Amino acid sequence: MSDLATTARVVRALGARSIRQTFRRPQLISPIVVFPTLLLAIQTGGAGAGIELPGFPPVQSFLQFMLAGSMMQSMMLAGNSGGIAFAVDIEMGFTDRLFAAPIPRFAIVLGRLAGTAALGLFASIWFLAIGLIFGAEIEGGVPGALLAMALITASALAVGGIGAAIALQTGSASVVQGLFPLVLVVLFLSSAFFPQALMVEPARTIAEYNPFSFIAEGVREPIIAGIDLTQTLEAVAAIAGIIALGLVLSARALKHRLRVG
Amino acid sequence: MEATTASSRRADLATIAALMARAKNELVRVPGAAIPGVLAPTIFFLGLNGVFGALTQLRGFETGSYESFIVPVSMLQGAGFTGAAAGVNLARDYEAGWVDRLLVSPAPRWVLLSGNVLAASVRALVPATFVLAIGFAIGVRWPGLDGLLICYLMVVATAAVAACWGSMLALHFKSQSAAPLMQAGTMGLILLTPAYAPLALLQPWLESVANVNPLTNVLEAARQGFVGSVTWADTWPGLVALAGLLVVLGGLALREMRRTNV
Repeated sequence: MSDLATTARVVRALGARSIRQTFRRPQLISPIVVFPTLLLAIQTGGAGAGIELPGFPPVQSFLQFMLAGSMMQSMMLAGNSGGIAFAVDIEMGFTDRLFAAPIPRFAIVLGRLAGTAALGLFASIWFLAIGLIFGAEIEGGVPGALLAMALITASALAVGGIGAAIALQTGSASVVQGLFPLVLVVLFLSSAFFPQALMVEPARTIAEYNPFSFIAEGVREPIIAGIDLTQTLEAVAAIAGIIALGLVLSARALKHRLRVG
Repeated sequence: MEATTASSRRADLATIAALMARAKNELVRVPGAAIPGVLAPTIFFLGLNGVFGALTQLRGFETGSYESFIVPVSMLQGAGFTGAAAGVNLARDYEAGWVDRLLVSPAPRWVLLSGNVLAASVRALVPATFVLAIGFAIGVRWPGLDGLLICYLMVVATAAVAACWGSMLALHFKSQSAAPLMQAGTMGLILLTPAYAPLALLQPWLESVANVNPLTNVLEAARQGFVGSVTWADTWPGLVALAGLLVVLGGLALREMRRTNV
Protein backbone atom coordinates (compact mmCIF):
# COMPACT_ATOMS: atom_id res chain seq x y z
CA MET A 1 0.00 0.00 0.00
CA SER A 2 1.34 3.45 -0.90
CA ASP A 3 2.34 5.98 1.76
CA LEU A 4 -0.48 8.26 0.68
CA ALA A 5 -3.10 5.54 1.10
CA THR A 6 -1.72 4.66 4.55
CA THR A 7 -1.83 8.30 5.60
CA ALA A 8 -5.38 8.61 4.29
CA ARG A 9 -6.39 5.57 6.37
CA VAL A 10 -4.82 7.06 9.49
CA VAL A 11 -6.55 10.41 8.92
CA ARG A 12 -9.88 8.66 8.35
CA ALA A 13 -9.52 6.50 11.47
CA LEU A 14 -8.49 9.42 13.70
CA GLY A 15 -11.21 11.62 12.21
CA ALA A 16 -13.85 8.95 12.87
CA ARG A 17 -12.53 8.57 16.43
CA SER A 18 -12.79 12.29 17.09
CA ILE A 19 -16.40 12.36 15.81
CA ARG A 20 -17.35 9.38 18.00
CA GLN A 21 -15.62 11.02 20.96
CA THR A 22 -17.64 14.22 20.47
CA PHE A 23 -20.98 12.45 20.26
CA ARG A 24 -20.19 10.30 23.32
CA ARG A 25 -19.35 13.22 25.60
CA PRO A 26 -22.16 15.65 26.40
CA GLN A 27 -19.55 18.27 27.36
CA LEU A 28 -18.27 18.28 23.77
CA ILE A 29 -21.47 17.95 21.74
CA SER A 30 -23.60 20.33 23.80
CA PRO A 31 -21.68 23.52 22.84
CA ILE A 32 -21.94 22.53 19.18
CA VAL A 33 -25.65 21.74 19.09
CA VAL A 34 -27.54 22.68 22.27
CA PHE A 35 -26.22 26.20 22.98
CA PRO A 36 -26.32 27.57 19.41
CA THR A 37 -29.81 26.11 18.88
CA LEU A 38 -31.04 27.61 22.14
CA LEU A 39 -29.51 30.98 21.26
CA LEU A 40 -30.96 30.82 17.74
CA ALA A 41 -34.44 30.32 19.19
CA ILE A 42 -34.00 33.05 21.82
CA GLN A 43 -32.39 35.63 19.54
CA THR A 44 -34.90 35.00 16.76
CA GLY A 45 -37.78 35.36 19.18
CA GLY A 46 -36.27 38.24 21.14
CA ALA A 47 -34.68 40.41 18.48
CA GLY A 48 -36.86 39.36 15.52
CA ALA A 49 -38.52 42.79 15.39
CA GLY A 50 -35.11 44.13 14.33
CA ILE A 51 -35.89 43.40 10.67
CA GLU A 52 -38.24 46.41 10.78
CA LEU A 53 -35.31 48.76 11.45
CA PRO A 54 -34.42 51.08 8.57
CA GLY A 55 -31.29 49.75 6.89
CA PHE A 56 -31.93 46.08 7.64
CA PRO A 57 -31.34 44.06 4.45
CA PRO A 58 -34.48 42.61 2.86
CA VAL A 59 -35.06 39.17 4.37
CA GLN A 60 -37.96 36.75 4.58
CA SER A 61 -37.59 36.52 8.39
CA PHE A 62 -35.06 37.08 11.15
CA LEU A 63 -34.67 33.30 11.41
CA GLN A 64 -33.49 33.25 7.78
CA PHE A 65 -30.98 36.01 8.60
CA MET A 66 -29.76 34.32 11.80
CA LEU A 67 -29.07 30.87 10.31
CA ALA A 68 -25.59 31.92 9.14
CA GLY A 69 -24.76 33.30 12.61
CA SER A 70 -25.82 30.07 14.32
CA MET A 71 -23.80 27.98 11.87
CA MET A 72 -20.79 30.21 12.52
CA GLN A 73 -21.22 29.86 16.28
CA SER A 74 -21.58 26.10 16.09
CA MET A 75 -18.63 25.77 13.72
CA MET A 76 -16.36 27.83 15.97
CA LEU A 77 -17.39 25.89 19.05
CA ALA A 78 -16.72 22.67 17.10
CA GLY A 79 -13.18 23.96 16.56
CA ASN A 80 -12.87 24.75 20.27
CA SER A 81 -14.30 21.34 21.28
CA GLY A 82 -11.87 19.64 18.88
CA GLY A 83 -9.00 21.51 20.53
CA ILE A 84 -10.19 20.46 24.01
CA ALA A 85 -10.47 16.81 22.97
CA PHE A 86 -7.00 16.97 21.38
CA ALA A 87 -5.55 18.45 24.58
CA VAL A 88 -7.23 15.68 26.61
CA ASP A 89 -5.52 13.14 24.30
CA ILE A 90 -2.18 14.85 25.02
CA GLU A 91 -2.84 14.88 28.77
CA MET A 92 -3.79 11.18 28.75
CA GLY A 93 -0.73 10.17 26.73
CA PHE A 94 -2.70 8.96 23.71
CA THR A 95 -0.91 11.42 21.43
CA ASP A 96 2.48 10.19 22.69
CA ARG A 97 1.53 6.69 21.56
CA LEU A 98 0.58 8.09 18.15
CA PHE A 99 3.90 9.94 17.94
CA ALA A 100 5.67 6.62 18.53
CA ALA A 101 3.68 4.90 15.76
CA PRO A 102 5.11 4.62 12.22
CA ILE A 103 2.79 7.25 10.78
CA PRO A 104 3.46 10.81 9.60
CA ARG A 105 3.10 13.30 12.48
CA PHE A 106 1.03 15.71 10.42
CA ALA A 107 -1.54 12.93 9.91
CA ILE A 108 -2.25 13.05 13.66
CA VAL A 109 -3.23 16.73 13.43
CA LEU A 110 -4.98 16.21 10.10
CA GLY A 111 -7.06 13.38 11.59
CA ARG A 112 -8.29 15.67 14.35
CA LEU A 113 -9.04 18.42 11.81
CA ALA A 114 -10.94 15.98 9.58
CA GLY A 115 -13.18 15.20 12.55
CA THR A 116 -13.68 18.90 13.28
CA ALA A 117 -14.52 19.58 9.62
CA ALA A 118 -17.08 16.75 9.70
CA LEU A 119 -18.65 18.33 12.78
CA GLY A 120 -18.78 21.65 10.92
CA LEU A 121 -20.62 19.90 8.09
CA PHE A 122 -22.99 18.37 10.64
CA ALA A 123 -23.62 21.82 12.17
CA SER A 124 -24.43 23.36 8.79
CA ILE A 125 -26.87 20.56 7.94
CA TRP A 126 -28.44 20.80 11.42
CA PHE A 127 -29.14 24.52 11.16
CA LEU A 128 -30.26 24.42 7.54
CA ALA A 129 -32.70 21.67 8.55
CA ILE A 130 -33.95 23.73 11.50
CA GLY A 131 -34.39 26.73 9.19
CA LEU A 132 -36.35 24.74 6.64
CA ILE A 133 -38.52 23.08 9.30
CA PHE A 134 -39.43 26.46 10.77
CA GLY A 135 -40.20 28.06 7.42
CA ALA A 136 -36.99 29.79 6.35
CA GLU A 137 -36.34 29.68 2.62
CA ILE A 138 -32.91 29.16 1.08
CA GLU A 139 -33.00 31.76 -1.70
CA GLY A 140 -29.98 30.27 -3.46
CA GLY A 141 -31.73 26.88 -3.67
CA VAL A 142 -29.76 23.64 -3.51
CA PRO A 143 -26.53 25.20 -4.88
CA GLY A 144 -26.84 27.96 -2.26
CA ALA A 145 -27.31 25.43 0.55
CA LEU A 146 -24.34 23.40 -0.70
CA LEU A 147 -22.20 26.54 -0.85
CA ALA A 148 -23.14 27.48 2.73
CA MET A 149 -22.32 23.93 3.88
CA ALA A 150 -18.97 23.96 2.06
CA LEU A 151 -17.98 27.32 3.56
CA ILE A 152 -18.89 26.23 7.09
CA THR A 153 -17.04 22.92 6.69
CA ALA A 154 -13.92 24.70 5.46
CA SER A 155 -14.21 27.28 8.25
CA ALA A 156 -14.43 24.50 10.86
CA LEU A 157 -11.21 23.06 9.43
CA ALA A 158 -9.59 26.50 9.64
CA VAL A 159 -10.72 27.25 13.20
CA GLY A 160 -9.90 23.67 14.25
CA GLY A 161 -6.32 24.28 13.06
CA ILE A 162 -5.94 27.13 15.52
CA GLY A 163 -7.56 25.04 18.30
CA ALA A 164 -5.17 22.14 17.54
CA ALA A 165 -2.18 24.49 17.57
CA ILE A 166 -3.13 25.82 21.02
CA ALA A 167 -3.71 22.26 22.29
CA LEU A 168 -0.30 21.16 21.00
CA GLN A 169 1.45 24.23 22.37
CA THR A 170 -0.09 24.10 25.86
CA GLY A 171 -1.04 20.43 26.23
CA SER A 172 -3.76 21.58 28.63
CA ALA A 173 -7.48 21.01 28.12
CA SER A 174 -8.39 23.70 30.63
CA VAL A 175 -6.39 26.32 28.71
CA VAL A 176 -8.19 25.45 25.45
CA GLN A 177 -11.51 25.39 27.31
CA GLY A 178 -10.69 28.86 28.64
CA LEU A 179 -10.79 30.13 25.05
CA PHE A 180 -14.55 29.45 24.89
CA PRO A 181 -15.43 33.07 25.83
CA LEU A 182 -13.04 34.31 23.13
CA VAL A 183 -15.18 32.52 20.54
CA LEU A 184 -18.16 34.59 21.68
CA VAL A 185 -16.12 37.81 21.60
CA VAL A 186 -14.98 37.16 18.03
CA LEU A 187 -18.56 36.44 16.96
CA PHE A 188 -20.11 39.43 18.73
CA LEU A 189 -17.51 41.63 17.05
CA SER A 190 -18.52 40.38 13.61
CA SER A 191 -21.66 40.71 11.53
CA ALA A 192 -22.70 37.13 12.36
CA PHE A 193 -25.78 38.15 14.36
CA PHE A 194 -26.84 41.55 13.01
CA PRO A 195 -26.13 43.72 9.96
CA GLN A 196 -22.86 45.54 10.42
CA ALA A 197 -24.42 48.91 9.48
CA LEU A 198 -26.86 48.64 12.42
CA MET A 199 -24.31 47.65 15.04
CA VAL A 200 -23.23 50.08 17.75
CA GLU A 201 -19.70 51.54 17.82
CA PRO A 202 -17.01 50.33 18.41
CA ALA A 203 -18.40 46.89 17.48
CA ARG A 204 -19.39 48.20 14.03
CA THR A 205 -15.87 49.30 13.06
CA ILE A 206 -14.25 46.14 14.41
CA ALA A 207 -16.80 44.02 12.54
CA GLU A 208 -15.86 45.76 9.31
CA TYR A 209 -12.35 44.28 9.46
CA ASN A 210 -13.09 41.02 11.28
CA PRO A 211 -12.41 38.11 8.87
CA PHE A 212 -15.30 36.22 10.44
CA SER A 213 -17.65 38.94 9.16
CA PHE A 214 -16.58 38.06 5.60
CA ILE A 215 -17.24 34.38 6.27
CA ALA A 216 -20.63 35.13 7.88
CA GLU A 217 -21.67 37.28 4.90
CA GLY A 218 -20.46 34.61 2.49
CA VAL A 219 -22.55 31.97 4.25
CA ARG A 220 -25.57 34.27 4.66
CA GLU A 221 -25.83 35.60 1.12
CA PRO A 222 -26.88 32.30 -0.54
CA ILE A 223 -29.51 31.89 2.20
CA ILE A 224 -31.12 35.35 2.15
CA ALA A 225 -30.53 36.48 -1.45
CA GLY A 226 -28.68 34.01 -3.67
CA ILE A 227 -25.09 33.24 -4.59
CA ASP A 228 -22.92 36.33 -4.95
CA LEU A 229 -19.48 35.72 -6.43
CA THR A 230 -17.78 38.68 -4.73
CA GLN A 231 -18.98 37.75 -1.24
CA THR A 232 -18.17 34.09 -1.82
CA LEU A 233 -14.61 34.96 -2.88
CA GLU A 234 -14.19 37.25 0.13
CA ALA A 235 -15.32 34.41 2.41
CA VAL A 236 -12.96 31.96 0.71
CA ALA A 237 -10.07 34.42 1.08
CA ALA A 238 -10.85 34.87 4.81
CA ILE A 239 -10.99 31.09 5.31
CA ALA A 240 -7.73 30.62 3.39
CA GLY A 241 -6.06 33.21 5.61
CA ILE A 242 -7.22 31.46 8.79
CA ILE A 243 -6.15 28.06 7.40
CA ALA A 244 -2.68 29.46 6.62
CA LEU A 245 -2.42 30.90 10.13
CA GLY A 246 -3.58 27.58 11.62
CA LEU A 247 -1.02 25.65 9.54
CA VAL A 248 1.88 27.85 10.60
CA LEU A 249 0.85 27.77 14.27
CA SER A 250 0.19 23.99 14.20
CA ALA A 251 3.56 23.25 12.58
CA ARG A 252 5.38 25.32 15.21
CA ALA A 253 3.34 23.81 18.05
CA LEU A 254 3.91 20.27 16.75
CA LYS A 255 7.68 20.87 16.76
CA HIS A 256 7.36 22.23 20.31
CA ARG A 257 5.34 19.18 21.43
CA LEU A 258 7.84 16.75 19.92
CA ARG A 259 10.64 18.61 21.66
CA VAL A 260 9.04 18.76 25.14
CA GLY A 261 7.21 15.41 24.87
CA MET B 1 -34.44 19.55 75.89
CA GLU B 2 -34.45 23.21 74.86
CA ALA B 3 -30.68 23.38 75.36
CA THR B 4 -30.23 20.37 73.05
CA THR B 5 -32.38 22.00 70.35
CA ALA B 6 -30.43 25.26 70.60
CA SER B 7 -27.12 23.42 70.45
CA SER B 8 -28.29 21.40 67.45
CA ARG B 9 -29.38 24.61 65.67
CA ARG B 10 -25.98 26.16 66.39
CA ALA B 11 -24.27 23.09 64.97
CA ASP B 12 -26.42 23.31 61.82
CA LEU B 13 -25.52 26.96 61.33
CA ALA B 14 -21.84 26.21 61.94
CA THR B 15 -21.95 23.47 59.30
CA ILE B 16 -23.61 25.80 56.79
CA ALA B 17 -21.00 28.46 57.55
CA ALA B 18 -18.19 25.90 57.14
CA LEU B 19 -19.53 24.76 53.77
CA MET B 20 -19.84 28.39 52.64
CA ALA B 21 -16.29 29.07 53.81
CA ARG B 22 -15.08 26.07 51.82
CA ALA B 23 -16.71 27.51 48.69
CA LYS B 24 -15.14 30.89 49.44
CA ASN B 25 -11.72 29.27 49.89
CA GLU B 26 -12.07 27.75 46.47
CA LEU B 27 -12.71 31.21 45.07
CA VAL B 28 -9.64 32.62 46.83
CA ARG B 29 -7.32 29.69 46.11
CA VAL B 30 -8.39 29.13 42.48
CA PRO B 31 -9.38 32.60 41.27
CA GLY B 32 -9.23 31.32 37.68
CA ALA B 33 -12.24 29.13 38.41
CA ALA B 34 -14.39 32.24 38.84
CA ILE B 35 -13.24 33.85 35.60
CA PRO B 36 -15.64 32.04 33.21
CA GLY B 37 -18.59 32.90 35.48
CA VAL B 38 -17.57 36.57 35.42
CA LEU B 39 -16.34 36.73 31.85
CA ALA B 40 -19.31 35.06 30.13
CA PRO B 41 -22.01 37.49 31.36
CA THR B 42 -19.69 40.44 30.72
CA ILE B 43 -19.05 39.32 27.16
CA PHE B 44 -22.78 38.76 26.66
CA PHE B 45 -23.51 42.21 28.07
CA LEU B 46 -21.01 44.07 25.90
CA GLY B 47 -21.67 41.85 22.89
CA LEU B 48 -25.45 42.11 22.97
CA ASN B 49 -25.20 45.85 23.51
CA GLY B 50 -22.93 46.21 20.48
CA VAL B 51 -25.00 43.92 18.29
CA PHE B 52 -28.61 44.68 19.24
CA GLY B 53 -28.24 48.26 20.56
CA ALA B 54 -30.18 49.65 17.58
CA LEU B 55 -33.33 47.82 18.75
CA THR B 56 -34.12 50.81 20.97
CA GLN B 57 -35.10 52.67 17.78
CA LEU B 58 -38.13 50.38 17.45
CA ARG B 59 -41.48 51.85 18.42
CA GLY B 60 -42.59 50.42 21.77
CA PHE B 61 -39.12 50.17 23.30
CA GLU B 62 -39.41 51.61 26.80
CA THR B 63 -35.92 53.15 27.01
CA GLY B 64 -33.38 54.73 24.71
CA SER B 65 -30.48 53.07 26.53
CA TYR B 66 -30.04 49.43 25.52
CA GLU B 67 -27.17 49.01 27.99
CA SER B 68 -29.55 49.92 30.85
CA PHE B 69 -32.15 47.53 29.46
CA ILE B 70 -29.76 44.60 29.11
CA VAL B 71 -27.57 44.97 32.23
CA PRO B 72 -29.99 43.21 34.63
CA VAL B 73 -30.19 40.30 32.17
CA SER B 74 -26.42 39.86 32.31
CA MET B 75 -26.42 40.16 36.10
CA LEU B 76 -29.05 37.42 36.33
CA GLN B 77 -27.11 35.40 33.75
CA GLY B 78 -24.03 35.64 35.98
CA ALA B 79 -26.17 34.41 38.87
CA GLY B 80 -27.42 31.54 36.72
CA PHE B 81 -23.90 30.50 35.69
CA THR B 82 -22.72 30.71 39.32
CA GLY B 83 -25.64 28.60 40.52
CA ALA B 84 -25.06 26.02 37.79
CA ALA B 85 -21.36 25.96 38.73
CA ALA B 86 -22.40 25.05 42.29
CA GLY B 87 -24.11 21.99 40.81
CA VAL B 88 -21.03 21.10 38.77
CA ASN B 89 -18.83 21.45 41.86
CA LEU B 90 -21.19 19.21 43.83
CA ALA B 91 -20.99 16.57 41.08
CA ARG B 92 -17.18 16.87 41.16
CA ASP B 93 -17.24 16.47 44.96
CA TYR B 94 -19.43 13.39 44.56
CA GLU B 95 -17.02 11.87 42.04
CA ALA B 96 -14.13 12.60 44.39
CA GLY B 97 -15.89 10.99 47.37
CA TRP B 98 -16.28 14.21 49.36
CA VAL B 99 -20.09 14.05 49.34
CA ASP B 100 -19.94 10.50 50.75
CA ARG B 101 -18.02 11.82 53.72
CA LEU B 102 -20.56 14.58 54.25
CA LEU B 103 -23.43 12.11 54.08
CA VAL B 104 -22.04 9.94 56.87
CA SER B 105 -21.67 13.02 59.07
CA PRO B 106 -24.47 13.75 61.58
CA ALA B 107 -25.41 16.94 59.69
CA PRO B 108 -28.99 16.90 58.35
CA ARG B 109 -29.38 16.74 54.55
CA TRP B 110 -31.03 20.16 54.37
CA VAL B 111 -28.00 21.69 56.06
CA LEU B 112 -25.65 20.17 53.49
CA LEU B 113 -27.82 21.49 50.67
CA SER B 114 -28.17 24.93 52.26
CA GLY B 115 -24.40 25.34 52.53
CA ASN B 116 -24.00 24.74 48.80
CA VAL B 117 -26.94 26.94 47.81
CA LEU B 118 -26.12 29.89 50.08
CA ALA B 119 -22.49 29.82 48.95
CA ALA B 120 -23.70 30.18 45.36
CA SER B 121 -25.87 33.15 46.37
CA VAL B 122 -22.90 34.95 47.91
CA ARG B 123 -20.60 34.09 44.99
CA ALA B 124 -23.16 35.52 42.54
CA LEU B 125 -22.39 38.98 43.89
CA VAL B 126 -19.00 38.86 42.16
CA PRO B 127 -20.14 38.62 38.50
CA ALA B 128 -23.15 40.87 39.17
CA THR B 129 -20.98 43.64 40.60
CA PHE B 130 -18.39 43.27 37.87
CA VAL B 131 -21.01 43.50 35.09
CA LEU B 132 -22.70 46.44 36.80
CA ALA B 133 -19.39 48.31 37.18
CA ILE B 134 -18.69 47.83 33.46
CA GLY B 135 -22.25 48.93 32.78
CA PHE B 136 -21.91 52.16 34.75
CA ALA B 137 -18.62 52.81 32.92
CA ILE B 138 -20.38 52.69 29.54
CA GLY B 139 -23.41 54.72 30.57
CA VAL B 140 -25.94 52.50 32.34
CA ARG B 141 -28.50 54.63 34.15
CA TRP B 142 -28.31 54.77 37.99
CA PRO B 143 -31.30 52.72 39.17
CA GLY B 144 -31.66 54.44 42.55
CA LEU B 145 -30.76 52.77 45.83
CA ASP B 146 -34.10 50.93 46.00
CA GLY B 147 -33.77 49.73 42.41
CA LEU B 148 -30.21 48.56 43.05
CA LEU B 149 -31.13 46.67 46.22
CA ILE B 150 -34.06 44.96 44.53
CA CYS B 151 -31.82 44.01 41.61
CA TYR B 152 -29.22 42.48 43.93
CA LEU B 153 -31.93 40.64 45.86
CA MET B 154 -33.14 39.14 42.59
CA VAL B 155 -29.56 38.19 41.69
CA VAL B 156 -28.78 36.32 44.92
CA ALA B 157 -32.14 34.56 44.93
CA THR B 158 -31.77 33.58 41.27
CA ALA B 159 -28.35 32.11 42.08
CA ALA B 160 -29.99 30.09 44.87
CA VAL B 161 -32.65 28.82 42.45
CA ALA B 162 -29.98 27.88 39.90
CA ALA B 163 -27.91 26.17 42.61
CA CYS B 164 -30.96 24.11 43.65
CA TRP B 165 -31.46 23.12 40.01
CA GLY B 166 -27.77 22.28 39.59
CA SER B 167 -27.61 20.35 42.89
CA MET B 168 -30.71 18.37 41.97
CA LEU B 169 -29.15 17.31 38.66
CA ALA B 170 -25.74 16.69 40.25
CA LEU B 171 -27.26 14.37 42.84
CA HIS B 172 -29.46 12.65 40.27
CA PHE B 173 -26.78 12.00 37.63
CA LYS B 174 -23.84 11.91 40.07
CA SER B 175 -21.55 13.04 37.25
CA GLN B 176 -20.03 16.25 35.93
CA SER B 177 -21.28 15.14 32.51
CA ALA B 178 -24.61 16.68 33.49
CA ALA B 179 -22.97 20.14 33.47
CA PRO B 180 -24.36 21.19 30.06
CA LEU B 181 -27.87 20.38 31.27
CA MET B 182 -27.37 22.52 34.38
CA GLN B 183 -26.05 25.45 32.34
CA ALA B 184 -28.53 25.14 29.46
CA GLY B 185 -31.44 24.93 31.91
CA THR B 186 -30.56 28.13 33.73
CA MET B 187 -29.57 29.94 30.54
CA GLY B 188 -32.84 28.95 28.87
CA LEU B 189 -34.92 30.01 31.86
CA ILE B 190 -33.24 33.43 32.03
CA LEU B 191 -33.27 34.16 28.30
CA LEU B 192 -36.80 32.89 27.55
CA THR B 193 -38.03 36.17 29.00
CA PRO B 194 -38.23 39.74 27.62
CA ALA B 195 -34.42 39.67 27.83
CA TYR B 196 -33.63 41.25 24.46
CA ALA B 197 -36.74 43.40 23.94
CA PRO B 198 -39.96 44.33 25.76
CA LEU B 199 -42.77 41.72 25.78
CA ALA B 200 -44.75 43.55 23.09
CA LEU B 201 -41.85 43.35 20.64
CA LEU B 202 -41.13 39.63 21.08
CA GLN B 203 -42.17 37.07 18.48
CA PRO B 204 -45.58 35.61 19.44
CA TRP B 205 -44.17 32.21 20.50
CA LEU B 206 -41.56 33.78 22.78
CA GLU B 207 -44.12 36.22 24.17
CA SER B 208 -46.31 33.24 25.13
CA VAL B 209 -43.38 31.43 26.77
CA ALA B 210 -42.20 34.59 28.54
CA ASN B 211 -45.71 35.18 29.89
CA VAL B 212 -45.67 31.85 31.74
CA ASN B 213 -41.96 31.88 32.63
CA PRO B 214 -41.64 32.90 36.30
CA LEU B 215 -38.23 34.44 35.56
CA THR B 216 -40.01 37.14 33.51
CA ASN B 217 -41.34 38.61 36.76
CA VAL B 218 -37.88 38.35 38.30
CA LEU B 219 -36.28 40.14 35.36
CA GLU B 220 -38.95 42.87 35.33
CA ALA B 221 -38.36 43.44 39.05
CA ALA B 222 -34.57 43.56 38.61
CA ARG B 223 -34.85 45.85 35.57
CA GLN B 224 -37.43 48.38 36.79
CA GLY B 225 -34.98 50.85 38.35
CA PHE B 226 -32.74 50.85 35.27
CA VAL B 227 -35.52 51.74 32.81
CA GLY B 228 -37.99 53.69 34.95
CA SER B 229 -39.19 54.07 38.50
CA VAL B 230 -39.42 51.39 41.17
CA THR B 231 -42.92 50.27 42.09
CA TRP B 232 -44.31 47.61 44.41
CA ALA B 233 -46.46 46.36 41.52
CA ASP B 234 -43.29 45.45 39.58
CA THR B 235 -41.55 44.04 42.65
CA TRP B 236 -43.90 41.59 44.36
CA PRO B 237 -44.44 39.28 41.35
CA GLY B 238 -40.66 38.76 41.23
CA LEU B 239 -40.51 37.93 44.92
CA VAL B 240 -43.41 35.49 44.63
CA ALA B 241 -41.86 33.83 41.55
CA LEU B 242 -38.51 33.33 43.31
CA ALA B 243 -40.15 32.04 46.48
CA GLY B 244 -42.13 29.52 44.40
CA LEU B 245 -39.07 28.40 42.44
CA LEU B 246 -37.04 28.02 45.63
CA VAL B 247 -39.74 25.90 47.26
CA VAL B 248 -40.16 23.63 44.22
CA LEU B 249 -36.50 23.26 43.15
CA GLY B 250 -35.22 23.29 46.73
CA GLY B 251 -37.71 20.53 47.56
CA LEU B 252 -36.62 18.47 44.56
CA ALA B 253 -32.93 18.95 45.37
CA LEU B 254 -33.55 17.92 48.97
CA ARG B 255 -35.42 14.85 47.73
CA GLU B 256 -32.40 13.86 45.62
CA MET B 257 -30.11 14.54 48.60
CA ARG B 258 -32.22 12.24 50.81
CA ARG B 259 -32.23 9.55 48.12
CA THR B 260 -28.46 9.65 47.77
CA ASN B 261 -26.92 6.72 49.59
CA VAL B 262 -23.34 6.35 50.64
